[in-house]
Amino acid sequence: MAKRVDARGLSCPQPVILAKQALGAEELPMEILVDTATSRENVRRLAERLGFAVRVEERGGDFALVVAKRE
Amino acid sequence: MLEKITRFFASSPGIIAAGAVIGLGGIALQEFGNPPNMGICAACFQRDIAGALGLHRAAAVQYLRPEIIGFVLGALAAAFLFGEFRPRGGSAPIVRFVLGAFAMLGALAFLGCSWRVLFRLAGGDLNALTGLAGLTLGIGGGVFFLARGYSLGRARRMPAAGGLVIPLAMAGLLVLLVLRPRVGEGGPVFFSAAGPGSMHAPLLLSLGIGLLVGFLAQRTRFCTMGAVRDVFLMRDTHLLRGVLALLAAAFAANLLFGKVLFGFADQPIAHADHLWNFLGMTLAGLAFALGGGCPGRQLFLSGEGDGDAGVFVLGMVTGAAFAHNFALAGVGDAVVDGVRAAGGLGAPGRIAVVVGLVVCVLIGAGMREK
Repeated sequence: MAKRVDARGLSCPQPVILAKQALGAEELPMEILVDTATSRENVRRLAERLGFAVRVEERGGDFALVVAKRE
Repeated sequence: MLEKITRFFASSPGIIAAGAVIGLGGIALQEFGNPPNMGICAACFQRDIAGALGLHRAAAVQYLRPEIIGFVLGALAAAFLFGEFRPRGGSAPIVRFVLGAFAMLGALAFLGCSWRVLFRLAGGDLNALTGLAGLTLGIGGGVFFLARGYSLGRARRMPAAGGLVIPLAMAGLLVLLVLRPRVGEGGPVFFSAAGPGSMHAPLLLSLGIGLLVGFLAQRTRFCTMGAVRDVFLMRDTHLLRGVLALLAAAFAANLLFGKVLFGFADQPIAHADHLWNFLGMTLAGLAFALGGGCPGRQLFLSGEGDGDAGVFVLGMVTGAAFAHNFALAGVGDAVVDGVRAAGGLGAPGRIAVVVGLVVCVLIGAGMREK
């Protein structure tokens, strides 16, 4: 199973900080869980800016961002 | 269709367009009656609301500002329309309350929050540069703590009723604004007869622009504090583009109306007490950064159901009440009986700013995720 970062319930900008730390240190693919649309967009923007591919899945009202190496 | 709109607002042109609309909206409000260089000020306007409700009795700053009501209800509408209304809360509310109160004390020492910094700058008030420098230092301090594990902990989902507290309170204020009831001698509700509180655009214009700003800001996540924070934290200039668009649009509109007057002294509702302009905004910036958003953003988040942001808002209103009851707010330059009187920050206000800085540093250092 892919490494998972749970940033649900954390206020801005902590999800982005957690994501940045994890993306610099952990193996891909990785799953980052957030619970607001703002965090979804912020984390997606960060990951894409760092050159990763991001796929967003909606899960029971939360969002899972699956981050992988770009093809 | 909705998905397309969401994509646009999340894009760079989206935030730039939103910033420009907010800047022009603010200048329009000034032209139609809002106080000079105060087209939109989230802190000043919440202070006016505190006054209208009688929480402080500074007669010059009492009005139920429809812009604030519009911010929350516009964000609520956007959140419902786009399926983003998420009632949540429980992330260290007491700490957020204290941060909100001290953010307000810092902002009122300077006489404006991070929104009014932009409108003051757009009008040529160079004290705004001092304020901006302080704000930047304060946000930098917040980033320092965030990078070292500062956290107020996780919020949890709440039933819808929990997320509707602040929007319903705002709807209640709107009712009071329209009906203007008088309880007891003279009020409340209080409405200033003179001073900044008496200066306001027509209700429907203020409310309309407030709703528009609330809607746009909810969609774009516009935040005057996040703009600086994200540059520090991630070299990300996304939100900064919106803030710069606001400044550019407001400045251009002021030029058009001949309202730009560069200088430090005798600027409208401002003082040139540089050290305390700087330190007041350092306090505000630090408290905003630790609280997760500028005062505008806290209102927009309240609209989309964030009860923790709502507690920050209540903290700000309480801070405003203390600011005027204890003479902690800055005093603007003025001409009294033909004699120029320089404004500034009195001793009680200076003490409050220092106490606030100490408290916020302790919060920054002490609140960590285990």
